[in-house]
Order: sequence, then structure tokens, then C-alpha cells
Amino acid sequence: MTGSKIAAPAVALALTLGFWEWLVWANGWPDYKMASPSDLWPAFWKFRHLFLVQGWETLWRTVAGLGLAVVFGVLVGMAMGLSRMARDGLYPLLVGFNAIPKATVVPIVALMFVGWHDFNTVLIAFMISFFPIAVSVSIGLSTLEPEYRDILRALGASRFTVFRKIALPKTLPEFFGALKVSVTLAFIGTNLMEIVSPHGRGLGALFDSAKTNSDYPLMFAVLFALAALGILLYYVVVALERIFAGWAERPAS
Amino acid sequence: MSEGLIELRGVSLAYRTASGPLPVLDDLSISVPEGGFTAFVGPSGCGKSTLTRLIAGLTRPDRGEVRLHGEPVRGPRPVVGMAFQNPVLLEWRTILRNVLLPLEITRTRLSKREQEARARRLLALVGLEGFEEKRPSELSGGMRQRASLCRALIHQPEILILDEPFGALDAFTREDLWKLMHELKAEEPFTGVLITHDLREAVFLADEVVVLSGRPAKVQRCVPSGAAGRRDIEHLYTAESVALLNLLRREIEIAQGRAPAGSRAA
Ligand SMILES: Nc1ncnc2c1ncn2[C@@H]1O[C@H](COP(=O)(O)OP(=O)(O)O)[C@@H](O)[C@H]1O
Ligand SMILES: [Mg+2]
Repeated sequence: MTGSKIAAPAVALALTLGFWEWLVWANGWPDYKMASPSDLWPAFWKFRHLFLVQGWETLWRTVAGLGLAVVFGVLVGMAMGLSRMARDGLYPLLVGFNAIPKATVVPIVALMFVGWHDFNTVLIAFMISFFPIAVSVSIGLSTLEPEYRDILRALGASRFTVFRKIALPKTLPEFFGALKVSVTLAFIGTNLMEIVSPHGRGLGALFDSAKTNSDYPLMFAVLFALAALGILLYYVVVALERIFAGWAERPAS
Repeated sequence: MSEGLIELRGVSLAYRTASGPLPVLDDLSISVPEGGFTAFVGPSGCGKSTLTRLIAGLTRPDRGEVRLHGEPVRGPRPVVGMAFQNPVLLEWRTILRNVLLPLEITRTRLSKREQEARARRLLALVGLEGFEEKRPSELSGGMRQRASLCRALIHQPEILILDEPFGALDAFTREDLWKLMHELKAEEPFTGVLITHDLREAVFLADEVVVLSGRPAKVQRCVPSGAAGRRDIEHLYTAESVALLNLLRREIEIAQGRAPAGSRAA
């Protein structure tokens, strides 16, 4: 069971890489058209130090932005989920804000806070990723059946107790579902900032400099590093979900 | 007139809605004696659940008064236990910890061990021995409703409010739970308030059946069920019960406006 859980994706990955290698070889594509997997390892090895440093730069800004998104998203979601007025007022605003392609926001933010690279990057990661969290928390809270509230309220429990004992844990599965989307979005946000407004830090900057130097294998290697980081963050969220909302998982049958 | 445990006097209530006030209860006066079991039947949407919320102190009347033990109800009090059609068990807790939930809210003299022993005893009483550590999703609908009853009774409430508790269950499970209610009442004495749209359920469980008129609800008729305390399913098939069920059915039709008040049975 666990064996095939590891073996299946490993085989799928090997097949994909093999097919890719074959495609490049069969077509005789040069490096500047399409790098092949066998070119990637040398690129990684050559710049291993840069990958570590820049990977860390990207990682911490993404996590910081995501952390902000969780705090802000949960607060906004709570306001919207618990108060009808807040929901009616904030929802259109949020939807409108979310509809703006963030690629257009990046240069604006970069101009507004010239030189504040860390702040800019974290800000974009945050802006792009808080929406799903806010929406999921608000929906989770506002769709709580009134009977759940009443069993505790009838005993004299405060609104806060009802929130802590019932509403909050009941919303956790939705929250983690949203967090899985947000973690990827935050990652996109960080990279947007690193590429569009290069400040020389992060994997996005490494990608940009590879582009300037026409080092195509390096560009592909960066893509792989980004994918690896994305997978890492995603599975951290999955692990947290298992711990805090594992009860929502139906037993496999 | 002796005062009941639950007294409603001239209670009226209207909900404020976008399209103006919606009168739901109109000048209701009801008395439920201590240890009694009163069933309320009436057309759907007439205000039965609102009535339970008034008794539980979750809603306040616009006019009139709700009293428990002669004391006006000013808010929720832990002397009430509630169970609904939806068992609303918390999926992240085991059955045992679901049953223990009310004791985390109310003040209790029991030690942790005594609380757990009491929960286990209640679960055994309703036939859920061995399911203490299961999750709600692992139980059938009838079993979940049994657990929900244990939770409603764990803090030894004086009043048990049941709002259409068996409405979602199949007929056989429902009959099992009817019998269980009589057993529970013998073991854990309470004063019962039952909302139901099943007239047989009302006659089988209650001492008195109150028929409410359509919205806004008034007391249309109070009928003693002809039995007190424990009874067998056979009770439903006696000539008296059959006559009573016919009478109640006619009253419901009048309440729904489907039959004229003149057609009332004696
Ligand atoms: N919080 C509320 N606000 C406005 N209207 C309500 C509210 N709760 C119930 N109602 C309305 O009041 C009427 C009575 O509701 P309820 O007491 O739940 O009826 P029943 O339990 O008899 O079906 C219904 O028409 C319902 O739509
Ligand atoms: Mg109802």
C-alpha cells in the first residue's frame, strides 16, 4: 500500500522525464530551444550554492506573505461569517480586489515602496493569497446550522464559547482546503515580484539572470527548483491538515 | 390552579423581517406540570420551534411571560436539554466526548471520572455500549439520535425539549426510540416538551397533546392522551387511542385551514 504510494509517483516522474529527454533528442532541439533533463543536473550542480541561498530567499518571503494572509484572511472571514452587515459590505470589495490581475499590481507596489524589496515581495504574496482563506472561513462560519449554536447557547454558553468549541473546529477543513490553494498563490506572488521587479534575490531573480545570460538549462533548472519548493510547502499544509482536521477525512472503504 | 413547572402566560412574538413583522405566536397560555410530558402538534411553520426557543430562554417574547418554577425566564439556563431532528454531533469528537460537551459549559459537581462514568452509563442505557470511542460518521442515523439524547440528558436537565427528534428516521427505528424515551424518562426523570408532526408519536409519548393553530400559533385545543407514564406500542391500537388520533387529525386539518371549525369532533 505505502510502497505503491511512493512507487507510483516515482514511476510517473521517471516516465515523464524519459519522454522529455527522448523528445528533445528525437527532434534534435538545441539547448536554447528546449533543454533536456540531462542538462539540468549540471546546471543545478554548478549553481548549487545560489540555489540554496535564493531558494531560501523565496521560501521565507512566501511563508511570511502566507502567514499574513492567514491572519488577515481569518479575521476578515470571521467578520464576514459572523456579521451579515460585514458580509454585505466587504464581499463586493474583496471580489473586485481579487479580480485585479496581480501582475499589474506588482509594478505599482514596486514604485510605491521603492527599495523596500522584502516588504514588496511579502506584500504581493500576501495580497494574492488571502482571498481564498477569507472566503472559505466566512462560508464555513455563515453556513453553520443554527442547531449547533443552540445546543450550547441553551446552556448559557457565550458567543465566544460557541465559536471556540463548534464554529472554529467545524471550519477547519474548509480553511485547510483554502490554504492549499493559497500556498500556491503566495508562491506565484513572490515569484512575480522577483521577476517583474528584480531586486537580485530569490529564485525569480536567478531565473531572470539566467535569461539575461541565455543560460537555458539554468532557466529550466530554476523551474524545477520552484516546483520542488511548491511541492514542499503544499505537503507541509497537508501534514498540518492531517494533524488539525484529520477527523474530516472519511475512512477509506 | 396549581402552577406548572413550565408556564406560558399570554405569550406573543413576532419576528422582524425585511417585509415587516411576522407574527408567529399569538397570546399563548400553556402549562406543563413537573414530570409531565406535553406534545405540541401543528401545521409546519406555525411557530413550534419558536415556542421551544422561548422555553429554553433563547428568545424573549414581545408580550406575556415564560416562567420556570414560577421564575420568569430571562435567558438560557442549564436546566434545559435540547435535541433536534438533526442530531448535530461534532464530527471531530468521539461519541463519548460529544455526550460530555454540555458539562464543559455548565457548572458541575462531578469529577472528570464521575462525568465519564455517567456518560458511559447513559450510552449503555440507550444501547450504545461499545460505541463510546467511535466517530459520529461511523454510526447510523438512529444511533446518532440516541447519542444526541444522551448529550441532552448528561447534565440532568429538569426539562427535555425535543424538536421533531425522530422525523428523519425510518418507522422501525422511530418505534424503538419511542420505547427508549419511556425508559429514559423512568431512569432520568425530566419534564418533557415534544414537538412533532407525527400524531402517533404524540399519543404514544405524551400525557397531553396541544394542537396549535396555523401561524400565528394559538392554542387550538388541548387533549389528554389518555395515558400517563410508560406504555406499550399496543396502546396506540386501543379504541380510545384510535378515536383520539382521529380527533387530532381533524384538529390539524382545521389548523391548516383545510376543514371548517364546525366540523370538529366532540
Ligand atoms: N429568526 C427568524 N427570523 C424571521 N423569521 C423566522 C425566524 N425563525 C423562524 N421564522 C419564521 O417563523 C415561522 C415559524 O417558524 P418555526 O417556529 O421554526 O416554525 P415550526 O417549527 O412550527 O415549523 C416560520 O414562518 C419561519 O419562516
Ligand atoms: Mg420547527
